[in-house]
Amino acid sequence: MSDTARHEHQGHASTGTYLAVAAVLTIITLVEVGVFYVPAFQPVLVPILLVLSAAKFALVVMFYMHLKFDHRLFTLIFSLPLLLALGVAIALLFLFGAFVLG
Amino acid sequence: MTHYTATGLDSRKLAFWAFIGSECLLFGSLISTYLVYKGRSVRGPTPQEILNIPLTSVSTFVLLTSSLAMVLALAAVARGDKLWSRVWLFSTAFLGSIFLGFQAYEFTEFVHNGLTITTNLFGSTFYTLTGTHGAHVAVGVIWLLTLLVRSFQGKLGPDKALNVEIAGLYWHFVDVVWIVIFTVVYLIQ
Repeated sequence: MSDTARHEHQGHASTGTYLAVAAVLTIITLVEVGVFYVPAFQPVLVPILLVLSAAKFALVVMFYMHLKFDHRLFTLIFSLPLLLALGVAIALLFLFGAFVLG
Repeated sequence: MTHYTATGLDSRKLAFWAFIGSECLLFGSLISTYLVYKGRSVRGPTPQEILNIPLTSVSTFVLLTSSLAMVLALAAVARGDKLWSRVWLFSTAFLGSIFLGFQAYEFTEFVHNGLTITTNLFGSTFYTLTGTHGAHVAVGVIWLLTLLVRSFQGKLGPDKALNVEIAGLYWHFVDVVWIVIFTVVYLIQ
């Protein structure tokens, strides 16, 4: 087995880290739902929710899916289609008039 | 038997990440379609009238917890702990089934309140998106149960940890997709 392959099997977080990530994910979800019900946050609801959602997404991908510790090629193989999907979504929203420029 | 590519990385894991990349495009297109048609239904029920945020918040918590159980299952399999690998694999599958139960209840309630897949654009895009996700969860539950059976057969030792890791990658991906759906469909109305 090569050094890279050996590293591939070793690079996982500890149980304590997994529990900490789970706690943070739960807190973020509670904040999301709380923000949804507070009228004062309505003007900035969308950006707040998108940032919180992105944080949860990143935590799961980095720690539970081990991309933070794994080979960079896995990150590349995942990130490129993800960015493509995001680009397609934004393009479609512009194309169908969901966003209005100017 | 382990298969390594020229990069030194396991070919199955590399291929599975490529599959997850393709799944990003599938769910990206479904979420985009939902957003493009959002607010364009000519008749109700609308999302504001029908979506049950407290119920979905609980089901979201259940799915997030199942991801914790999944990583703990992988850790247990990797260290050769048969008892806890079975406990966590069963817990993950059980929590996934609970999530599916919530979804079945939600769909049934919606149909009783007049929202079917043919009612309006919201119904069509909502059921297609969340139904596709639910189907992925169902596949994940079956996959986890097969791993549990393999464990009881004594065929899921530390040498098979990569099999559990790949199942875990699938399960966590289903979780991150739900993180996006919960925000985009349920909270941003």
